Amino acid sequence: MTLLPHPIVTVVLTILWMVLTGFTLGQLVLGLLAGILGGFAYRRITPRRIVVKRPGAMARLFVRVAGDIVRSNYDVARLILSEGRHHRRKAGFVRIPLDMTNPSGLAVLAVIVTATPGTAWIEYEPRNGQLLLHVFDLIEGDDWVHTIKSRYESLLMEIFE
Amino acid sequence: MSHLEQLPPVVALLIAGFVALGTILTLLGTIGLVRLPSFYERLHAPTLGTSWGAAGILIGSMLMFSTLGSRLVIHEVFLGLLIMLTTPVTMMVLGRAALHRDRAEGRTPPGTEGPEQPLK
Repeated sequence: MTLLPHPIVTVVLTILWMVLTGFTLGQLVLGLLAGILGGFAYRRITPRRIVVKRPGAMARLFVRVAGDIVRSNYDVARLILSEGRHHRRKAGFVRIPLDMTNPSGLAVLAVIVTATPGTAWIEYEPRNGQLLLHVFDLIEGDDWVHTIKSRYESLLMEIFE
Repeated sequence: MSHLEQLPPVVALLIAGFVALGTILTLLGTIGLVRLPSFYERLHAPTLGTSWGAAGILIGSMLMFSTLGSRLVIHEVFLGLLIMLTTPVTMMVLGRAALHRDRAEGRTPPGTEGPEQPLK
């Protein structure tokens, strides 16, 4: 039995509490209390502690994703304005076999895929690790399986597994 | 808003740029939401508003209030974080509901190619 089953949740909740109320000692105590309670509540949903093994890789992933989000925002905005390259744009599904099984890694991947316009996470099949992705602009020759696996999945596996 | 006069013109322009970028992207997202042909495609459009659309407006807000020095400026970081963390939930619920319906009614989603394997 530990006081901090999820240290990350506790720290984030405490900081959020102090940002919203004020940076005083009293609020720190209250915030810590809320954070610790939050950590226990979160354990009911996620029993195992989430471990970030390589914070450096996390930073690298963050920079990479930030760049991708800017690029895909531009692409999708242009496609909407040009009526999908004058109706030649083709959308479609892509199946991606994932090797990663770590739930935190999958959750972060879902956030990345959703935050980059142009890709939508539709369904993940835990039995065979297949992810069904909907791609807004399916350009012939673009290898989405390779893109997802090499750009995000390998780094995420370094971080969480 | 009298304190706006304290803003240096360069910063004001920068803020205007970021806010304009954010609102234009959000507007484009909503236009896409109305005009795109199929449900799965419409799913993509609003993510413009939740990624750089939101980021542009939030960065503008951070710049503004850190220049004026009226308060600590990390509220926006939390806003952005919460938007990023909650969007996938809605997105997955909507996407899976549509897929479930298409499977139950035994058709390929309209306006799109089917997946390589037939939908179960």
